[in-house]
Amino acid sequence: MSDFTYLYRGRDTNASPEQMQKRMEKWRAWFKQLGENGHLKDIGHPLEGSGKVVNGKQKTVIDGPFAEAKDVVGGFSLIQARDLEQAVELSKDCPILDVGGSVEVRPIQVINM
Amino acid sequence: MVAVLTRIFGVHNLALAEDVVQDAFCRALEVWSFRGVPENPSAWLMATAKNRALDVLRRERTAQTYEPELSRFLQSEWTLAPVVEEMFTENAIKDDQLRMMFSCCHPRLPEETQVMLILHILCGFSLNEVASAFVTSHSAVEKRIPRAKKVLAGSKRLFDTHAPSDFSARLPAVQRALYLLFNEGYHGASAEVAVRAELCQEAMRLATLLLQHPLGTIPTSYALSALMCLNKARLPARLDASGKLNSLFDQDRSLWDQKLVGEGLQLLDLSAKGSKLSEYHLEAAIAAAHATAPSLQATNWQEIVCLYDILITIRPTPIVALNRAIAVGQLGGPESGLTELRAIADPERLAKYPFYHAAFGEFELQGGRPSIARERFCTALELSRNPIERQFFGKRIEACEHGPLTRDTSRIT
Repeated sequence: MSDFTYLYRGRDTNASPEQMQKRMEKWRAWFKQLGENGHLKDIGHPLEGSGKVVNGKQKTVIDGPFAEAKDVVGGFSLIQARDLEQAVELSKDCPILDVGGSVEVRPIQVINM
Repeated sequence: MVAVLTRIFGVHNLALAEDVVQDAFCRALEVWSFRGVPENPSAWLMATAKNRALDVLRRERTAQTYEPELSRFLQSEWTLAPVVEEMFTENAIKDDQLRMMFSCCHPRLPEETQVMLILHILCGFSLNEVASAFVTSHSAVEKRIPRAKKVLAGSKRLFDTHAPSDFSARLPAVQRALYLLFNEGYHGASAEVAVRAELCQEAMRLATLLLQHPLGTIPTSYALSALMCLNKARLPARLDASGKLNSLFDQDRSLWDQKLVGEGLQLLDLSAKGSKLSEYHLEAAIAAAHATAPSLQATNWQEIVCLYDILITIRPTPIVALNRAIAVGQLGGPESGLTELRAIADPERLAKYPFYHAAFGEFELQGGRPSIARERFCTALELSRNPIERQFFGKRIEACEHGPLTRDTSRIT
């Protein structure tokens, strides 16, 4: 088994409370299934929409990130899967995809010594 | 929540208040997706909205103008938090909802738009949900609601519910809006369902708010709440388990909610004060006559017809006339019912209403003319607005063909 992160991007802010509630239930169900099948190493956290970005040698601090809503990372989880292929397959049920968002699947680097 | 925040930000910042609430919901749902729903989600939401409100107020302290009487407090960091805290207490929230309700019933807005605004702002219905509640297109609602909000914003400040003369002047409009909201749920023309209990529920909740305000505690408010309770009590029997619509005549009376009947009768007692007899009194009294009748046969039709006779002088609408004619038919037999139906003034306003034709059908059938009755029911079938109505009229057509199985199913609901 290898470790991966899921980075969730995108957010739909135009839903009614009822729609949002349905969406949340989908998320709960999805996480539950991942957990039951032993794929959820750490459920992770949702992230605030913006914060500060610290840049370069000068260590300039700016508000940000100023990206399109769909490009901002909105949360992350730690996933365990056989290989990248399986991790991708598992991510396809992620509810963020229903609202036009994306899941970035990144293997966590390990060096076996 | 929008009501509370609008009180803080001012009515001209309604959009800002809505954004804050929307944002609070989004955050809540994102966190709950990961962490699970907390034990008291509404308190959590309120707290989130409150914090967002504080953020917005701090950020835009100088850029915005708030409700005049509050800006003083909101401009100082020392008083900001306690004032906002105070506004999120339960009593303040009720007060704000009432204020918002009165603001929505702005005299420059048509009645239907007032109800739409109440649904949208106070009951949290999305534009889509408002559109389906009113059987109208999303784009129509999308035009009307923002326009209505502009009217509200133009008034600069929320309605002052503590000014007795303003309150009493606008109270009838508010009562009317709640009455329409209830009716929309009770027999609205929805495409899928014949009854939408959640609209009735919201109307009853807001009507209760009226009764909790010292200036709103007047006989007509009691009568309005009585009417809602007594009608709602019959809802469980109106739709059976398979979702089929049952007219008053076919309803299993044991399914009526006796607790609600009791509450309704109590409210009706409380409404019997003063000299003003309103349409709500009369409709509540009619509903009470039905709700307390042990059976269809034992119904006091004499009394019901009398009540309709008075009601039609207060509210001379075709629907009232139709219901009156049906009651007259119950009292004096099918022929007198038909005579009354034919005597309804401007019948063209009922031409598209399926139950108008069905009423003719029932009395023709009772009068022993099944083929004429069948034609009437066929017209009703063509005009029916949802599958439940279609099924209902289909059954009546069958009855005309096979001889009546149940004797009457016209619609006094």
